[in-house]
Amino acid sequence: MASKLIEKYFRYEHLPQIWCQGCGNGIILRDVVKAIDDLGLDVDKTVIVSGIGCSSRAAGYLNFLTLHTTHGRAVAFATGIKMARPELNVIVLAGDGDLSAIGGNHLIHAARRNINITVIAFNNNIYGMTGGQYSPTTPTGDYGTTAPYGNIDRPFDIALLAKGAGATYVAKGDCFHVVQTTKLIRDGIKHNGFSIIEVADVCPTYYGRKNKKGNAVDMMTYQKENMISAEAALAMSEEERKGKIIVGKICENDYPELTEEYQKIIDRVMVK
Amino acid sequence: MSKKVLMQGNAACVAGAIKAGMRFFAGYPITPSTEIAEMASLKLPTVGGHFIQMEDELASMAAIIGASCVGVKSMTATSGPGFSLKQENIGYACMAEIPCVIVNVQRSGPSTGLPTSPSQGDVMQSRWGTHGDHPMIVLSPSSVTETYYLTIRAFNLAEKYKTPVILLMDEIIGHLREGIEINDEDVQIIERNKLDLNENKKGYEVSGDELVPSKHLQGNMKYNITGLSHGFDGFPTNNNKVAGELHERLMKKIDENKDDIVTYQEYKTDDADTIVVCFGGSARIVATAVDMAREEGYKVGMFRAITIWPSPEEALRKLSERVKRIIVVEHNYGQYLLEVQRIVNNPNCKIDFLGKVDGTVIIPDEVLKVIKEVK
Amino acid sequence: MGNNREELRLTGSGGQGVILATIILADIALQAGKYVAQSQSYGPEARGGLCKAEVIISNKEIGYTKVMNPTLLLSLTQSSLDTYSKTIDENCILVVDSSLEVKENVKCKKLYQFPILSCAKEKVGKVFTANIVAVGLLCNILGFTDQELIKETVLKYVPKGTEEINNKALDEGFNLFKE
Repeated sequence: MASKLIEKYFRYEHLPQIWCQGCGNGIILRDVVKAIDDLGLDVDKTVIVSGIGCSSRAAGYLNFLTLHTTHGRAVAFATGIKMARPELNVIVLAGDGDLSAIGGNHLIHAARRNINITVIAFNNNIYGMTGGQYSPTTPTGDYGTTAPYGNIDRPFDIALLAKGAGATYVAKGDCFHVVQTTKLIRDGIKHNGFSIIEVADVCPTYYGRKNKKGNAVDMMTYQKENMISAEAALAMSEEERKGKIIVGKICENDYPELTEEYQKIIDRVMVK
Repeated sequence: MSKKVLMQGNAACVAGAIKAGMRFFAGYPITPSTEIAEMASLKLPTVGGHFIQMEDELASMAAIIGASCVGVKSMTATSGPGFSLKQENIGYACMAEIPCVIVNVQRSGPSTGLPTSPSQGDVMQSRWGTHGDHPMIVLSPSSVTETYYLTIRAFNLAEKYKTPVILLMDEIIGHLREGIEINDEDVQIIERNKLDLNENKKGYEVSGDELVPSKHLQGNMKYNITGLSHGFDGFPTNNNKVAGELHERLMKKIDENKDDIVTYQEYKTDDADTIVVCFGGSARIVATAVDMAREEGYKVGMFRAITIWPSPEEALRKLSERVKRIIVVEHNYGQYLLEVQRIVNNPNCKIDFLGKVDGTVIIPDEVLKVIKEVK
Repeated sequence: MGNNREELRLTGSGGQGVILATIILADIALQAGKYVAQSQSYGPEARGGLCKAEVIISNKEIGYTKVMNPTLLLSLTQSSLDTYSKTIDENCILVVDSSLEVKENVKCKKLYQFPILSCAKEKVGKVFTANIVAVGLLCNILGFTDQELIKETVLKYVPKGTEEINNKALDEGFNLFKE
């Protein structure tokens, strides 16, 4: 199956990807492509946008119109694309630093506007491309090359941040549970409004090594053994949720979509 | 014959943009450019276009590039601090060769400066604001009517050379209302061709002496667009030969087309022994001062750069070879002066400067005084 | 500069509509075949404090777009009069609201004192029409007398539903001046 997906959707000539052995990015990218395939999206009407960072290199491997943009700005580029041509499907692939640090403002405002784009947040809890600095999602107490004495920052929960900002579809997935994660991505793309799927990524090279999490297999095993459903997570205290990998839908609701609302203005005022 | 209408400079910019085919505008409120966003929000839906007020200046710049990548002519407008914030993505548009228009209605700086006061302090920033070597086209209007036509030209140049173009306005013209007579009969609009290139994956391919990639953004193509150094297929590469060729082509596509791009105005220069060099709103003051000086018998003329970057180097150098004196007048501490000093090669041509940075407008009497100060 | 360049400066306090008055005057002059340039002061001063707006009207193309030596200064408030009367000399016509006190040391070509504010309030019935009263008055002083053109132009700028009252303001203002 995977090989057919590669044939159909990847720029074969640019494979293999630049990612480290054991990196979770490839798994998440496969989930995205599988979701696109399941939905039968028109490749000529689908634009993939990414920012800067390890995971943002994903866009370049896909055989769509792909925009590898500037650090943090992927969601803003995507907003321009969707707003200018609402008939296009717009999917953003970006990392935790890209989306919640330098691009945090763009993320929350796109969520607030409820513009129909889908964001896949590759959350590996670290800045990988620059060599392992702590990110806004690095847990307190963990280590990074710029947190040699342990991270004293409080981390963001990207999914809950987006939900708080008004995202109308929010889900969490991981690298191990590919079937569930693929379905969550599929539902997110299908959703008419701003959707975000935060996927727990695996970075054995930097986050794993810095924090003694073992090798890639150990980190995948950790996801397998510590997964809880979104429903179960709701019933747990913050203390109980600590270290758990949540997989499932956080919220899904209806709200007028931005470009459709704008179309109503055009219909009203356009000079025929 | 069309009738003259009273219009503000900022409004003329939007009218020109829509005439040029702008169908997407993203912006953020900032004085003294805000009327452009207001007017765009009012007019765009009436022609089926889209307006969005983004969360910040960075996002506005990103959004217009995104829109342009999918074939929609796009513009943003800003001033001072907002222009600084846009620089990162302006560089992206240079590198990825995305046509778009950025309007900067200059105000006094640095930092928040004098938000409502005229200035021309962004001359060098408009050329070199984003990091790295990069090409840039910058146009500066000196009347409301010219704002209309230069905005159209900005879009045309952006399309033709696949590059961001900056319309460098100033508060003097942006907030000025005057009569404008629009005659679109001779207006040419450069549209993006829609070639059937579905299977071609090399959007950035150039052949032979070609400096502008003709296939790029011309069809429904599935290829990569990146701010990284890239090959013909837009895919990032660390290959130094490919990177070197790309960077050289980006610079050359503007440098080697100066004849097509550069425009300027000469006023009463035929018999002049003194030339006042200026651009934008300053030209209104200089033209008046030149008339006043002529009445007193001074042989003085005006040279106005319409394309500030690339500068009208050849024409100015030629002029400088036969005049005794050049006076550069601008509302800054001497930025275009540096370019004039670089251009002028005649040791017998003296270069003087009159600038202002206190937020007030230079008055013609001040220019006249410098003209008459024959040292 | 020659005699064909009129430099008008209208002053008052923010909210009196002096900016709109200059825009309308500029448009009337433009429609009457003149070259015009209108500009205004922006910023905190345009938000309730002193307000200043300018129009240049000329038979020739306009180079410098701002006022150098005012040929007509209108002041609707004491503070604007006190501030801007310092910028004029014997080449300038001074038009002030009758309620204002013109200091003896103010030099001008001619002083006109008209009840602009009270005319708007009492005769027209709405104080917010003072700027249109002023437009009518200044049109007459400046020699723009084509009533149809003036009325048409004013109607381009006033909100729907206020046409009648603004027309009245225009007439009342125009008739304040009799040479």
